[in-house]
Amino acid sequence: MKLPIIEFTDLTKKYDQLTAVDHLNLSIYKGEIFGLLGPNGAGKSTTILMMLGLTEPDSGIAKVCGINPTTSPVEVKKKVGYLPDNVGFYDDMTGLENLVYIARLNGLPLNMAKEKAMQLLERVGLVDAADKKTGKYSRGMIQRLGLADVLIKNPEIIVLDEPTLGIDPKGVKEFLDLIVQLSREEGLTVLLSSHHLHQVQQVCDRVGLFVSGKLIDEGDIASLSTRLFSGEPFIIEAGVHINANGENNLPFNLETSITGLGNKLLNMDGVKSVAREREIIKIFCERDLSSAIAKTIVESGIDLNCLVKREYGLDDIYQRYFEKEEVK
Amino acid sequence: MIKAVQFTGIFKGRTTIANREKVLSPFWVMVQKEVSDHVMSWRFIILAALMGLTCMGSLYTSISNLGRAIKPNSPESAFFFLKLFTLSDGTIPSFHVFIGFLGPLIGISLGFDAINSEQNGRTLSRILAQPVHRDYVINAKFIGALIVISVMFFALTLLVIGFGLILIGIPPTATEFLRIMCFLLLSIVYVAFWLNLSILFSVRFRQAATSALTCIAIWLFFSVFYEMIIGLIAKAFAPSPDIASPEQVIKFQKLIQGFSRLAPRQLFTDATSTLLLPSVRSLGPLTFSQMFGAVPNPLPLGQSLLIVWPQVTGLIAAAVLCFALSYRFFMKREIRSR
Repeated sequence: MKLPIIEFTDLTKKYDQLTAVDHLNLSIYKGEIFGLLGPNGAGKSTTILMMLGLTEPDSGIAKVCGINPTTSPVEVKKKVGYLPDNVGFYDDMTGLENLVYIARLNGLPLNMAKEKAMQLLERVGLVDAADKKTGKYSRGMIQRLGLADVLIKNPEIIVLDEPTLGIDPKGVKEFLDLIVQLSREEGLTVLLSSHHLHQVQQVCDRVGLFVSGKLIDEGDIASLSTRLFSGEPFIIEAGVHINANGENNLPFNLETSITGLGNKLLNMDGVKSVAREREIIKIFCERDLSSAIAKTIVESGIDLNCLVKREYGLDDIYQRYFEKEEVK
Repeated sequence: MIKAVQFTGIFKGRTTIANREKVLSPFWVMVQKEVSDHVMSWRFIILAALMGLTCMGSLYTSISNLGRAIKPNSPESAFFFLKLFTLSDGTIPSFHVFIGFLGPLIGISLGFDAINSEQNGRTLSRILAQPVHRDYVINAKFIGALIVISVMFFALTLLVIGFGLILIGIPPTATEFLRIMCFLLLSIVYVAFWLNLSILFSVRFRQAATSALTCIAIWLFFSVFYEMIIGLIAKAFAPSPDIASPEQVIKFQKLIQGFSRLAPRQLFTDATSTLLLPSVRSLGPLTFSQMFGAVPNPLPLGQSLLIVWPQVTGLIAAAVLCFALSYRFFMKREIRSR
C-alpha cells in the first residue's frame, strides 16, 4: 500500500476575480517523479507556492509529509527542496559560497557545509566553477547549481519549477538525466512543473494536466492516452507526393483525387477519421491498418513517399484536451 | 516564540566563537552575510570615506576656533571637550550638524535596496524556501545595517575623541564622555529611522532606483523645504504682537515649533544640541518670568536628558513605525520568483 507524501485536498486560491487554483485534489507518492503540466498561468506555480507555505490557500488543505505548510512552513521547508522558476544567486559570491550560505541557513556548521557543498558541486559537475562568481555562470550552470542548492538540505521531496527553461537541448538532457538518477538512487520524490511536454514525457512516472486552475486528468502517459484515445489508438501518417507548382504529372485533378482518397480511406473498415496537413495525411484507426492503407493510396494513383505508425505522446494528449476545452 | 529562537541564537553565536563545532542559528548567519555584504561593498567604502572626511573637517574647524571660543567665567568653559563636537566658524559645519545632514544619507544608502534587490536578483524565493521564518529576512537586513552603522559611528566618534585628546591635551570629564555617548546613541537612533524608512520603500517599490529617489526626496523635503514652508506659514498667520496677548503669541510660537518638530532632523538637532551644549535649558519659548533669577549654570546630564526625552521618544517611535509598516507589508506579500 503506497502512502501519499504530498496530498492536496480541495485546494483553492483566488486572486481578485481570477481563480488560480480551483479545488485541486491530488496525491503524490513517495519516490515517484510527478510532472505538473499545463500552459502558462494554469496554476502550477501557485500550487507549488501553497505547498511550501509561501502563499496561503483560500480554502482546502495541503499536506506535505503529513505537515500542513500553511501553519508550519518551516517544518515543511526542512523536508522540501524548492528550485524556483528562473532561480537567482548572489552574483558577487562564488558558487561555493552561495551553496555554503544555504547550507548554513539549514543549520549545518561551517566546515560540514563546505564539505557538503563541494560534494554536491562535484555531483552536478561544477567543481571547476566552484570559485567562480555566479554572475559569470551560464544559464545551464545556474540551473545545475540550483539543483545542488536544492539537494544540500538532504530533502525528501524536491520541487522544480520549470527547471529546463532556457537551457540548450544537450543541457536539458543532462539535467533531466541527473534528476532521474538522483530520484532513483536516493529515493527522492520529485515534483516537476513544465510546459515542455517532450521533456516531461522523458522523465515523469505520472503527470497531472492543469488547465486554468483545474487538474483535468492525472496518471501515467500510457493510461492517459488509452483513456483519451480509447476509440482510435493508432495514428498512421502517410506522406504523399503533391507538386505544389501545379506541374504535376498526375493525369487528373489533384484536389479531387486527394478528396477521393480521403473518402476511400474513411470508408475502410476500422478507420475513424482522416485529416490532412499539406503533404501528410493522418489516418486515425482502431487497428493497425498500415498495409491496407498503403495499398489503398497506391491504388488511387497518388505517389506514396512514406508511411509512419505513430504512438500518442503528451503533445497529442495536450492537444486533445485543448480541443475539448475550446469546444466547451 | 520567535524571540525565544533569536535569544538561543545569540547564545549559539557566542559559543561558536569559542567552539567551531557549534552551529550558528540561521538568523545570525543571515546577519553575518548582511554585514559582510555591506562592509565589502563600494557603497560602504565611499560612505565611510565621506564620514572620515567629515570628521577631519569638523575637527579641524573646531580646534582652530577653540582658543577664541573659550571665555573666562563662562558656564560652558567647564565643558571644554564638548566644544570639539559643536564649535564652528561658519565655513564648515560642526560635527553634530554634519551628522544631522549626512546621517540620513547613510541610513538611506544602506537600506534602499534591501528587499527589492533580493527580489530582482530572484534570490528571495530561494532564501525563503529554506527553513527560516519569513521575518528573519527583514530583521536580518535591519540588524545587519544597524550593526554596520553603529560600528562606524562608534569608531568615528572615538577617533574624534582620540585626536582631540592628542591635539588639545585635555581629557574629557566623565560627564562629557557620557554626554558624547548619549549623543552617539541618539545619532544611531536617528540613522536607524532613515534606515527603516528606506527599508520600507524597498519593500514597497520594485525598482531600487525608485525607492532611493523617494527616500532622498523625503530627506530633501525635510531638510530644506519643510523649514521654509513652516516659516512662510508662520509669517502669514502670526498674530500681531500689538493686538494679541502674550499668551496668544506664546501659544502660536509653540504651535509652530510643534509643527517644525514633525521633521526628524529638527528632533535630532534639538536633542543633540541639548546634549552637547549643557547650557541649553529649554527647547521651547521661555517667558521672562521663567528666566528671572536663573543662574546661568550648565545643566546636569540627567536634566539635559529629561529635556530631550520627548525628542528621543519621537525619533524611536518614528523608526519603529517605519519598521512595523515594512514588516507588515513584507509578511503579507506573496513571494513569487518574478
